Amino acid sequence: MYVAAKGGEKAIAGAHRLLAEERRGDPAVSEIGTDQISEQLGRAVDRVMTEGALFDRKLAALAIKQAAGDLIEAIFLIRAYRTTLPRFGYSEPLKVSDMRARRRISATFKDVPGGQVLGPTFDYTHRLLDFALEAEGGARDHSVELHSAATGDALHDDPGPMDPMPRVLDQLASEGMIEDSEAPAGDVVSPVGDITREPTEFPADRDVRLQTLARGDEGFLLAMGYSTQRGYGRTHPFAGEIRMGEVTVEFMPEELGFPIEIGEITITECEMVNQFKGTATEKPKFTRGYGLGFGHVERKAISMALVDRSLRCRDLGEEAGAPAQDEEFVLSHSDNVQATGFVEHLKLPHYVDFQSELELVRRMRAEFDAAQEAKEEIAKPEAAE
Amino acid sequence: MDRSEERFVDPENAAAAAVVADVRQRQRWLGAFARCPEERLEPLLTQMGRDNRYTVLRAPEAGLMMVRARAGGSGQRFNAGEMTVTRCSIRLEDGTVGHGYVAGRDKARAETIARLDALMQGVASAQAEPIVAALETEIEALAEARQSKSAPTKVEFLTMVRGENA
Repeated sequence: MYVAAKGGEKAIAGAHRLLAEERRGDPAVSEIGTDQISEQLGRAVDRVMTEGALFDRKLAALAIKQAAGDLIEAIFLIRAYRTTLPRFGYSEPLKVSDMRARRRISATFKDVPGGQVLGPTFDYTHRLLDFALEAEGGARDHSVELHSAATGDALHDDPGPMDPMPRVLDQLASEGMIEDSEAPAGDVVSPVGDITREPTEFPADRDVRLQTLARGDEGFLLAMGYSTQRGYGRTHPFAGEIRMGEVTVEFMPEELGFPIEIGEITITECEMVNQFKGTATEKPKFTRGYGLGFGHVERKAISMALVDRSLRCRDLGEEAGAPAQDEEFVLSHSDNVQATGFVEHLKLPHYVDFQSELELVRRMRAEFDAAQEAKEEIAKPEAAE
Repeated sequence: MDRSEERFVDPENAAAAAVVADVRQRQRWLGAFARCPEERLEPLLTQMGRDNRYTVLRAPEAGLMMVRARAGGSGQRFNAGEMTVTRCSIRLEDGTVGHGYVAGRDKARAETIARLDALMQGVASAQAEPIVAALETEIEALAEARQSKSAPTKVEFLTMVRGENA
């Protein structure tokens, strides 16, 4: 039990002043702008947008600055802010096939229509610290190198539009080698679960699971996904396709009665291909896991796809027993704002609570002592005999 | 619709088709105003009639829109997370109502879009068309330019055959 404590206002105000000073750091160093965070710490912004479950780069950059780079604190700020805004409605489902992909890779097929496009990636870097970045303005201009090295003579050529990139898993689907990913019948009218409106009930449907995973903590989902690879509920995953790029968002305002485009967002998607044994009535075929996040959040999208697939064990009639297959365990512990709220509340004053515990332990100790003494009293005459 | 097809539709259907075409064009300009570079809107407002007086029906307000997606891109719908959106509605003195919707929290832009939406409804579709088309072309070009930066990162993975170099 937590009992509220009073007082300490002056100290709290002082602590917050000191926090502001610490956040600012050495005044001799120029202050960081939210535009710099947005432009130069993009992956941090993406994580805050994804786990804050709100696409708005400017707000995420502001939250990161205010939180002095503590990303879970920044996510908390975003979640708190969103509660102050009215909800206008729901978008039309994203047409991810129309994504302007800036990165698109498949680990299952070497030759995919549209090609393998690495895009901006940390993959294949040597993970050596680049001390040129330490010096202000000292970063090498990679843009020129990239063009000359990769395309040789095409240095000054306009690379032109990219080829269309049909979804990789559609190839497998056309052969019937993978389960269908069709919208269920009556999909347009059936309700879609929304965890921001209704508390989660178990067993949860896949819509609720995906929404929960989409905002779930990257570290938690990474660990859960990793556990499935190490054998705790193995799903034999392959990254069928990973995409990152821009999609247009459509919304149908009631007063218009037709959908309109309101802007575009950057998303990362991962489609996992997993094995499935088949049943007495069904041929063996591959199954799917799906991950999606705001911005460039590849690790998160891959982890999410692994966990999504693991949580489908019940739907696929698989034996469940591993932590990543335990829907209630995974969904109840994936949200870092909820988790940090409960874990970190331990540091708040629990004086009254602890006093009662203290008294209880004192009483128990006294009882223990009394019992010991009584035993000794009984033992004494026996010893004398 | 293709012009050659248009000749064969009966007048009643032709009227319905015209309404559909108008709606389609309005959809397109609302999308273009929301997605084009911000600096295109003010000159356009001047061109369309900045001095037209209007009443604000719904003051610009920022809110949330839940982004829907589908499992695997085409399967069951789910709520992926929210985004910020700003909307505004205005009415011109002639009674035409304009609506503005734009991603983000730019109130001035939402109001400008609402005004442009109302003003565009007052011109013939043939007059509106080049304006919409020009914006669409620019949006497309910018999107393509951004995407084509990834073109030099396209790889051809080669399967190494043993003894190939021998």
